[in-house]
Parts: sequence; C-alpha cells; structure tokens
Amino acid sequence: MPKVKIARKSTLVDMTAMCDVAFLLLTFFMLTSNFTAKEPVKVETPTSISEIKIPETNIETILIDPKGKVFLGIDGQPHRINLLRSMGEAYKITFTPAELKRYSLRATTGVPMDQMKAFLNLPDEQIDNPNAQKGIPTDTTAGSEFRQWVYYAKKENDKIVIAIKGDKETPFPVIKTVMKTLQDLKQVRFNLITGLKEVPKD
Amino acid sequence: MAEINTGGGGGHKGGKVRSKKASTRVDLTPMVDLGFLLITFFMLATTLIKPQTMEINLPRNDKIEKKDQTLVKASKSITIILAKNNKIFYFFGDGKTDPVTKGPVQVQTADFSKTGIRQMLLDRNAPIVALIKELRKEKERIRMSDEEYRKKAAQVRSGDAAAIVMITATDEAKYDNLVNILDEMQICNVSKYAIVDLSTLHKDLIKDLDK
Repeated sequence: MPKVKIARKSTLVDMTAMCDVAFLLLTFFMLTSNFTAKEPVKVETPTSISEIKIPETNIETILIDPKGKVFLGIDGQPHRINLLRSMGEAYKITFTPAELKRYSLRATTGVPMDQMKAFLNLPDEQIDNPNAQKGIPTDTTAGSEFRQWVYYAKKENDKIVIAIKGDKETPFPVIKTVMKTLQDLKQVRFNLITGLKEVPKD
Repeated sequence: MAEINTGGGGGHKGGKVRSKKASTRVDLTPMVDLGFLLITFFMLATTLIKPQTMEINLPRNDKIEKKDQTLVKASKSITIILAKNNKIFYFFGDGKTDPVTKGPVQVQTADFSKTGIRQMLLDRNAPIVALIKELRKEKERIRMSDEEYRKKAAQVRSGDAAAIVMITATDEAKYDNLVNILDEMQICNVSKYAIVDLSTLHKDLIKDLDK
C-alpha cells in the first residue's frame, strides 16, 4: 500500500512578537501608574467637580470610615518614626526600634495610644484585619489624642498639607469634630479628597 | 521562538559522524509568561487615577471682639441646613424675620437635584454668575492667562452683590451631603460661605419639617 505522505507543517509558533507586546504593556504600566497605599478600611469618597490634584509629598491623610473611626498617617518613613516617637514621649510610652519600623511601613494607622504597643506586636495575619484598629479617639473633652497626633505631625513636618478622606456615609458629627480640632490648632486650610464628577452644563 | 538559522537541529545526515550541533532555537514561551505575570502584578497593585481634592478654608476659632465682627448683611444671606436622607432646608435672612416680607421666616425644602438647591443658588447669586460668564468669554477673546483669570474670578466672586451662605447640618447628615453642598458652592460661584454650628434657632425652625 503506497504510503500517503501528509505534509508535516511545523507546529511551533514564533513567540517573539507576543513577548514584545507584553513588555511594551509592562513598561507602560510601570511608568504611568503609582502604587496605591494599603488602607486599613475601604473608603468610597464623595464626588465633586474640583480638579485640583492631590499633592504627592508632605501630605497628612486623615481617613474616616463609614462608622466614624479615624485613622491618621503622614508620608515619609523617617517622618512617621519621629511622629510615633514624639507621641510616645507625650504619653510616656517608649517604642522599640522594631515597633517604630513596623509603624513606619503603614500608610495610615488608627489605634488609641494605650493599645498601640499591642497593635504593633500583632502577627502579620492579624495586623491587616480592619477590626484590629479601633480608630483614634477624637472626643475633645478628654484633650483628644487626635489633636495630639495632628499637633505633632505639624511639628514634625512644617510643610505638611492636611487631606481628609471620608466615606460618603460618614456621619457628620465626626467630620465636625475633626474640623473643629483642626480649627483649634489653627490649621484652617485643608483638602477634602474626592472623586471626579463632570461639570454640569448650565 | 526566535530561530537563528544555522541549519543545526534539523535532521542530521546519516553515515558520516558529524559533531553534534546544539540547537540554537530559544523557546521564548516562559519569557512571555513572565511578562504577563509582571503586567498583572502592576495592574493590580497600582492605580492610574490620582484622586482629586477640594480646598477648604475655615475661619479661625479665635475669640473675636464683638465690634470687629463683620456683620453679615441679612438681605444677602442664605442659611442652608443639611438633614438626613439628603434633604436640605434653607431660609433667607437672620432666622428671626424674613428680610423681604419682614414676617416670620420661611423655611423651604430642597434636594441635590438640578432643580433643587442649585436652582436656588443660581437665582440668588445671578449677578455674580452672569459676571463670571462674561469673564470666561473675555478670557477666550483676549487669551487671558489662567493665573489672571483666577485672580479676576476671585475678585468677582467676593463682590458686594454676592450671596453669603451659612452651611450647617444636623447630626444625621452625612459627609457626602457636606461635600455635595461645598461642590454646589463651587458650581454656583459662591465664594462667601462658612460652616457653622447648628444652633437652637436652626433646630426649632426645622423641627416640624425634619421628621
């Protein structure tokens, strides 16, 4: 029986082009995006027509979640270490270098000072749990911790700009207390972080 | 797969012993996998959008002497009270007498839709809104710089005919309401506004309406 010869075509595909495309996309993403900071809670900001961009450096973020928990953070790891140290001195707590380093790796933290040491010693799986942080106490009657945080943050970095990132459902009284504390500290200029909304045509 | 053609790696001629030529084909499939893994990492860990901010200036809390306080003209002032469920109450004047009818204060309800609070603010601030429109046209015409436009706009907004707004809120209002009302200030070109505490006067006025 004559063997019918089927022309064998090569099944190998040239992957060079695919590789080029992949690296082009990768280069695009590497150059045009910024790393998002890991936040303790998810916050959905309200929208506004304002198009002013958030400043990149020297920024102090006050994060307020829908339940009214307040978190605070500044940018720059050395600044964070100095801030925690100053707060520790004010509340008579000394932090070990390991605890200071752990604090400086987090973008925003909201823990009352008496729980801070315990919080910074939590194992990795538990420290990212949103329930691990109770929020900074803001009640002004007791000479609030929140006020101390803002005061030392300003002392630490004079050029700092305050940005408040609140959720849509955050109750107004918490915002009022935060703004009042800022007013008391003479920090009357601050920013509210919002999403972008189109300017309505009138 | 990149292929450098040296003839090696194909069939080899039988008979004579030839030195084994190593295949020069490089299989790039794992390279592509690596590339896409890195892309996925960057896509998930980063963001292309930079959040926007609104700039706020609050008045200071210093104790101001009674005589130095600039009294707000009652006829130009509007008080806005934010309440629960995105409702807004507002009235004109100082809360005790209506500046136009000189009778009791009329508290009105509005919402955040286009025909709600924005309509009212545009009406009250109409002269300023018109002036800003003129300024914008002039900017196009004589190619004004952004800096100068902003300065002139700020001057127009703080003119004498501008409406003055006092913003306050009940405890059940949300942050979203506050941001939206500040946004309306910007849309309607109101630059004279202040966030004040909810007084008993305000509470009494909306007591019946805010159920």
